[in-house]
Parts: sequence; C-alpha cells; structure tokens
Amino acid sequence: MDWGTLQAVLGGVNKHSTSIGKIWLTVLFIFRIMILVVAAERVWGDEQQDFVCNTLQPGCRNVCYDQFFPISHIRLWALQLIFVSTPALLVAMHVAYRRHEKKRRFRNGEKIDIEELKNEKVHIRGPLWWTYTSSIFFRMVFEAVFMYVFYYMYDGYQMPRLVKCKAWPCPNTVDCFVSRPTEKTTFTIFMLAVSGICMMLNLAELCYLVIKIFMKDSRKTT
Amino acid sequence: MNWAGLYTVLSGVNRHSTAIGRIWLSVIFIFRIMVLVVAAESVWGDEKSAFTCNTQQPGCNSVCYDHFFPISHIRLWALQLILVTTPALLVAMHVAYQQHQEKKLLVLTGHADAKHMEEVKKHKMRISGSLWWTYVCSVVFRLLFEAVFMYIFYMLYPGYQMVRLVKCEAYPCPNTVDCFISRPTEKTVFTVFMLVTSSICIVLNMAELVYLVVRACARRGQHNSNPSSGKGSFYGHKLSSEYKQNEINQLLTEQDGSLKDMLRRNPGLQEKGDRCSAC
Repeated sequence: MDWGTLQAVLGGVNKHSTSIGKIWLTVLFIFRIMILVVAAERVWGDEQQDFVCNTLQPGCRNVCYDQFFPISHIRLWALQLIFVSTPALLVAMHVAYRRHEKKRRFRNGEKIDIEELKNEKVHIRGPLWWTYTSSIFFRMVFEAVFMYVFYYMYDGYQMPRLVKCKAWPCPNTVDCFVSRPTEKTTFTIFMLAVSGICMMLNLAELCYLVIKIFMKDSRKTT
Repeated sequence: MNWAGLYTVLSGVNRHSTAIGRIWLSVIFIFRIMVLVVAAESVWGDEKSAFTCNTQQPGCNSVCYDHFFPISHIRLWALQLILVTTPALLVAMHVAYQQHQEKKLLVLTGHADAKHMEEVKKHKMRISGSLWWTYVCSVVFRLLFEAVFMYIFYMLYPGYQMVRLVKCEAYPCPNTVDCFISRPTEKTVFTVFMLVTSSICIVLNMAELVYLVVRACARRGQHNSNPSSGKGSFYGHKLSSEYKQNEINQLLTEQDGSLKDMLRRNPGLQEKGDRCSAC
C-alpha cells in the first residue's frame, strides 16, 4: 500500500469531480506526491546521519536532533497528503451508495440500464452537493492546519545551517550543523507554494459550486 | 506478496461487507497500512544504527538495544495489521463456498448457462444464516487481535511513550551506561497516531457487531410476525422432475442451511405443490 495504490483509489473519484477538482487532483499527484517521492525524500534521507555536533559526548547528537526536529518534514508532508486526499473518498462513498440505491430500484422492477448506470456521470446536486462541499471544506482545513503546524514547529519555513543545543547530556552549549539546509529550504518553499496553489484551487471550487447552486435556484424560481 | 497484494485480496471481501465494514477497511488501508509504509518505516529505519551508548565497550550497544527493544514497533504493527485483516478471509471463503453451492443448484435445475453463472458471481450475498455467524466471528476475532496487540504494546513499551534515554546495566556494559534513542519524539507521535487509529478501528468493529445483532433480531421479529412473507425469487425458475427434486433435497440435507436459507428466501424456485422434504 503506497502512493501508487492511493492514486488508483483516488483516480476513481476523478470521474465525479468538477473540472477544478480534476486540476486539483493532478496538481496533488504531480507537484506534491511525485516531488515528495522522487526528490524530497532523497534530500532528507541523510538528515540524522549528517547532523553533526561539535562534541564527542555520546548521545548529544541524538538528543539535539530530537529537540530541533520533533517530526521530520517528510513525515509531516506524507501525513498532510494522506489527510488532504482522504475527504475525496467521502464523495466516492456517496456516489457508490447512490448507485447501490439505483440498483436496488432496478431489482424491484424499475427499468434502468445497468451498463449506463456504471458509466453515467453523477450530477453534483442535492445531498451529493453537500458531501462534495464538505469534502472541499475539510481539505482546506487540513491544508491550513498542516501549514500552521509547519510554521509553528520550525519557526518559519527556513532551515537554519546551525543550531545551538544545550540539552543534556551535551556539555554546555554545543554547535550542531544541519545537512543540506539550502536544498531543504528550497523544497520547503516549493511544497508551501504548491500547498497554497491547492488551497486557491479548493477555494475556487467552493465558490464555483456555491454560485452554480444559486444560479440553478434562481433559474427555477424565474 | 506485499501490502499491495493484501489490498487486492481484501478488496474482494469489501463487496460482501456491511457499510461499517467498508469504512473499517478504508481506515485500515489508508490510515494504518499506508502511514506505516510511507512514514513510520522511515522513522524507525535507523533505530539500531543511531542507538548510541555512552561507552566504547564492544557489544554493549547491541546488548542494550536488544534489552530495551525486544520487538520493534514496526514489526509489531505489521503483525497486528496482518492478523487483524485476516479474519475477513473467513467471510471470503464462506461466500465462495455459497457461490459454489448456488452454481451447483443452477446446474441441477438445468440453468447452467454463462449468464446465470456470471450473475452468481456478481450478486451481493445477504449476510444471513450461517454467513451471519461467520461474519460475526470474524468481527469478534478482529476485536480480539486488536485488543491483544494493544496490550502487548503496553506491556513492552509502558505508557506508549518513547523515552530519550535508557540506562543499561546488561553484561558486557561496564556499570550503568546511558543509551540514547534516535528520534524519540517522532516515534512517540507515530505510536500515539497508530494507537488512535487502532482505537477507531475497535469502535468501528463494535458498532458493526451491534448493527449485525440488531439487524438479525429485527429480521427475526419481522419473520415471526409475518411468516408467509418471502422475498421475490432471485432465479424464478422451476424444478421440473422428481429426480431433480431428490437431488436438491439431498444437497439440502448435506449442507448446513445456507441453501435452505436460499430456498426459503426464494419460494419461486420450487414448483407449486412440490414439497421440499429437507426444508
């Protein structure tokens, strides 16, 4: 079970999304998951081995690393991507439930073409509209929460070159040097920018859905 | 055979599960197996190489690591996930057995064409009769395995927290030696995360158990108050000869009741006036 399987699972959701939703999914897979797997994991690969402290005191390096990097960027991004892509499954479950209901009606005598049922595009209205809108809302909430967690944990989005550590068993204050700080800063800012783009797309999709529902309502009343 | 293989095997079970069962399966795959593979394995990746003891005594490092980490979290979680997902295979086996019986029945009634055979494969099995018992057993086993592993974790690693420092006195370490664990905070975060998802899965399993029991009681109440009601026939075919009726009766007496359930549900399967002696 890895990113490939997640892609297979979410690819099915794509069919029932709006166009903005499809763009969002593409951005997620290509500019975030793929970059994470192909590039970012290598950059952070030697983060602990090459975290060097100016002391021979055993244990000082471990303790200082743990103090300055409670959760690695890579793991936070992995969790963020998992949480952000999961609300789309709510929509998939709702669509599956609707199809199940239609099949039940077919079995009870109504005439519905089963093949057509599988391929028909489900229109986003009624309760499905609410499910879809909730899923977008949750996506935005998770994105914002993770962006805040990053900011809070790492005091901004920049990776320092040097950290000064005073935790026991380090004697006095010890200089510790982070491996590849510039490359890490570049990737952090890149992931942040793409995260921002995804949030904009989600906001645009939300507005689109709301406007669409208002226009439909006003057409009905006139 | 890896996690993806397990996913393929269990996706088939999904079709015959309840709605809560499907949610449980999604939680297992996305929030537990996927997080394990994609994130947790790399956190524990250097657990032994970065385990440092304040001594130069050869062997002390290995001995202390082994003393404090008899089984790594990652291996325990992998075992837990395998054992917890496997009872679902009981249900898959039972469903396959019922489908085999239905196919046999079709052959006997002379309707063994491709279309009907395909329908047997595709239609969703109702969770009633012996399948209900198998399903309930699988849910009970899931709950049991989850609870047992949570207890094992608690026994091996009290409090679910990963400490930064452990003091080791095992031979050949001279006196007491300070040993430092790599990434304790990150490990604690993931341990708590996996614990929370495990609890969510336990709650889902309990809800599913309650749902199944309530549904069975409701169905029994309905059946008692209206015994003549029967669902519409699935096949709508008729048995044509006494020989075939005898074969069917034999099949019914041999099997445990799943076929009986099927015939009881589908009275149209029997010709008017014929009696099913084994029903």
